[in-house]
Amino acid sequence: MADYHQLIFEISQSGRTGADLPESDVDPIELDEKFPKHLLRETPAELPEVSELQLVRHYTALSHKNYGVDNGFYPLGSCTMKYNPKINEDVARLEGFSRIHPYQPAETVQGALQLLYELQEDLAAISGMDAVTLQPSAGAQGEWTGLMIAKNYHQQNGENRSKVLVPDSAHGTNPASAAVAGFDTVTIPSNENGLVDLEALKKRVDQDTAALMLTNPNTLGLFEKDIVEIAEVVHEAGGLLYYDGANANAILGKTTPGKMGFDIVHLNLHKTFTTPHGGGGPGAGPVGVTKELIPFLPVPRIEKDGDNYIWNDDEPLSIGRVKGYYGNFGILARAYTYIRTMGPEGLRQVSESAVLHANYLRKRLETHYESPYAQFCKHEFVLSGSKQKKLGVRTMNIAKRLLDFGYHPPTIYFPLNVEECLMIEPTETETKETLDAFADSMIQIANEVEEDPDIVLDAPHTTVVGRLDETKAARKPVLRYTKSV
Amino acid sequence: MTSTFRYLPDTKQDQQDMLDFLNIQSIDDLFADLPSSIKLTEALAIPKAIPEPDLIKKMQQLSLQNIHANQYPLFLGAGTYDHFIPSVVSHIIGRSEFYTAYTPYQPEISQGELQAIFEFQTMVCELTGMDIANSSMYDGFTSVAEAAALAVSTTKRSKVMVSQAVHPESRAILKTAATGPGYQVEEIDLTTDITNIRDIQEKADDQTAAIIVQYPNFFGSVEDLLEIKKIAQEHGALLIVSANPLALAILQPPGKLGADIVVGDMQPFGIQISFGGPHCGYFAVTKKLMRKIPGRIVGQTTDAQGNRGFTLTLQTREQHIRREKASSNICSNQALNALASAVFMSALGKQGIRQMATLNIKKADYMARQLTEKGFSVNNQSPFFNEFVVTLPVSASEVNHKLFEAGIIGGFDLNKDYRMNNQMLIAVTEQRSKQEIDQFITILEGL
Ligand SMILES: Cc1ncc(COP(=O)(O)O)c(C=O)c1O
Repeated sequence: MADYHQLIFEISQSGRTGADLPESDVDPIELDEKFPKHLLRETPAELPEVSELQLVRHYTALSHKNYGVDNGFYPLGSCTMKYNPKINEDVARLEGFSRIHPYQPAETVQGALQLLYELQEDLAAISGMDAVTLQPSAGAQGEWTGLMIAKNYHQQNGENRSKVLVPDSAHGTNPASAAVAGFDTVTIPSNENGLVDLEALKKRVDQDTAALMLTNPNTLGLFEKDIVEIAEVVHEAGGLLYYDGANANAILGKTTPGKMGFDIVHLNLHKTFTTPHGGGGPGAGPVGVTKELIPFLPVPRIEKDGDNYIWNDDEPLSIGRVKGYYGNFGILARAYTYIRTMGPEGLRQVSESAVLHANYLRKRLETHYESPYAQFCKHEFVLSGSKQKKLGVRTMNIAKRLLDFGYHPPTIYFPLNVEECLMIEPTETETKETLDAFADSMIQIANEVEEDPDIVLDAPHTTVVGRLDETKAARKPVLRYTKSV
Repeated sequence: MTSTFRYLPDTKQDQQDMLDFLNIQSIDDLFADLPSSIKLTEALAIPKAIPEPDLIKKMQQLSLQNIHANQYPLFLGAGTYDHFIPSVVSHIIGRSEFYTAYTPYQPEISQGELQAIFEFQTMVCELTGMDIANSSMYDGFTSVAEAAALAVSTTKRSKVMVSQAVHPESRAILKTAATGPGYQVEEIDLTTDITNIRDIQEKADDQTAAIIVQYPNFFGSVEDLLEIKKIAQEHGALLIVSANPLALAILQPPGKLGADIVVGDMQPFGIQISFGGPHCGYFAVTKKLMRKIPGRIVGQTTDAQGNRGFTLTLQTREQHIRREKASSNICSNQALNALASAVFMSALGKQGIRQMATLNIKKADYMARQLTEKGFSVNNQSPFFNEFVVTLPVSASEVNHKLFEAGIIGGFDLNKDYRMNNQMLIAVTEQRSKQEIDQFITILEGL
């Protein structure tokens, strides 16, 4: 099947099926008697018609053209591509979890509510917050939820603060979430050390500042050591401090956003807490807040009443609902399982190991690639391909060349404030052997750039397709299959 | 630090070698830049680690504290439905090349995911009758709010109208979302089980960005989209339709009835009910709105040799692009569940989904007719799909209690969201047998 390139529609043959359904055990009815004619479909949706084996072979062939953490090293910075434990998958599929309906009476789903309640408590402890909502489906939705909480909090205090401050190294969802929550964004520049420029921050903070969004360690992998002062500056002006905790892999058991002075935090369970990325999702982006902000958390909330877990959706100051039901439960069950597997000692070791790995790998590479910042990094680090660029090879080429070595490349061209950026996050679940082998490959590529740049420029050489024409894809979009006649 | 955790591979020697290479004494040196005032001095206040054999038992026990749909037949729907899922679905999405991958940023090693999503987009277009579909949204409810945001930003108008026959949770999220950019949400009244057309006429004006309806609506009834489209058109407003994809196997696709945006949830197609998530929103638009669609989209292209290949395209809001002016912030989506639903649609196929939809119609119709014969009144005056509303002699919660004692999970109590006393929304999918339906009715008769 190595050269299988067909779409499922192209192997479809009228009359085949990949599933069978029972005959009806009730009386037949005529559809056109039940529905007015103009509301009935005239022609069936052209879905594939394939046998079960054809279907399995098709998707198996597709899976062979895909690369996940189980296939190999995936040092994609800011994405925390660590191992996704198998027990988590089994737990989420237990029928007592996967076959329960969100509108069942609370008495019939006490196990699920207990899981959610305890997960809220765990995440509150891990983030140093006083209460947590599990509703948001992903990091970006968590950001928006957190900013809506900030907005409502200020309004409750009689203030209409219109600005959210975002460092230039921030993830793109930060300004996007601010815009969707109805704020204007103000960009805070980084200084030459890759950290928030405190003086610039002071100049931009004012009585119109609703919040500062910060990632710490920041997206360069550097710890903002002035964090306490940053918090003071924002708080003094009456603003709130928002922690983008999408990547919390460096702080578990070492510090908390609460200790740092943050008021609102989101965590990506699909990064730090091992739930799989699924090729783009689903994830979960719980939000934690300090005591003052609890009244504004979304509803419904889970509360404990004696030995029972109950729903509460009567909170007049709440921002309202942000997601259907109570979030991505199956993902939450996986994260709960992971936290129970590791415990406090294990989670601390996770962060220590993640940070050790990142620093080790960085030091192995910095003789060959420019490493712009001297400070020890945390769970990830950036390199710049500026040296290679001078020799006519771009970071994009280096990334593509890594494919030939069987690796998923690092994140590239992000953060925006580093030229030809390579952002590398090895994670704690990789062995030293893997880190060394990856470093060897990166060094070999650096040598190739000097000695035989074409092999890098023409990469990849081994993948099922070559470099794709992305301009064509965007200029003349073909976004669905159409049967050729 | 010792290597006693199965996910942490460093041996003492590995660790020492790395520390030596870094020229430091201990791992603490790597955290020396944390101000001491913020360092944790005590262990996190979370429960101790549990070894795998004990943990799996604990989780099984916890799961057994829930009553699940394999134990009790489920007549609850209201947006999440108990449908048959062929075994192939979990086997395909359980392939770790799919589920342990990130977003397909590197197309050369993500062709599998990209092609599967391209096929998914095609299937959504086929079902909805729309030109373009994205690769998924969080869920059907948040997709409604995303559609409203798109309408507001495209039309530059300040009001969206939403029928009260749209799911209460969609409306709740819409209201939360609207307070961000600050557009107005106006609700449209009901005429018993459907949207009141006269009320739309009265409320629609030149500030109306969109009219939002559900198809079939929250009560199971099928709205007449043509009439609603007419009013939308008169006022230059977009028509947003939230549709159950299974119903679209039989119903006229909204795209054919003038919808500008069609959203919904793929949960009926191969996605576990899973206490309400993760499910999978879908989002489809007309060609005109192509460059405004939120989320990720896969497009077809070629490589240098002219081979067909797939890549993310029209990317508007990934991490490398500043989006201070964004009307959507979605980044991670529900791709794996989009894959599940694509596998489901491929398994059932063109005929199978019609057959499944028809079974739903027949069973719901059977139950409604039986109830009517037994003297209960079914409220739906318009044709309904697999859900309908019945009036009960006592409160819905009392009825649900009785049903539960008999081993049945009853319907959705309409009292809280609609103040409809003694009324229950009942979902009858292909999973419900005649015997289960008859037993339900027998219990009602005994009240
Ligand atoms: C720093 C940071 N913030 C926010 C996000 C957004 O998270 P999500 O994709 O779950 O919406 C990400 C993920 O890419 C991230 O790395």
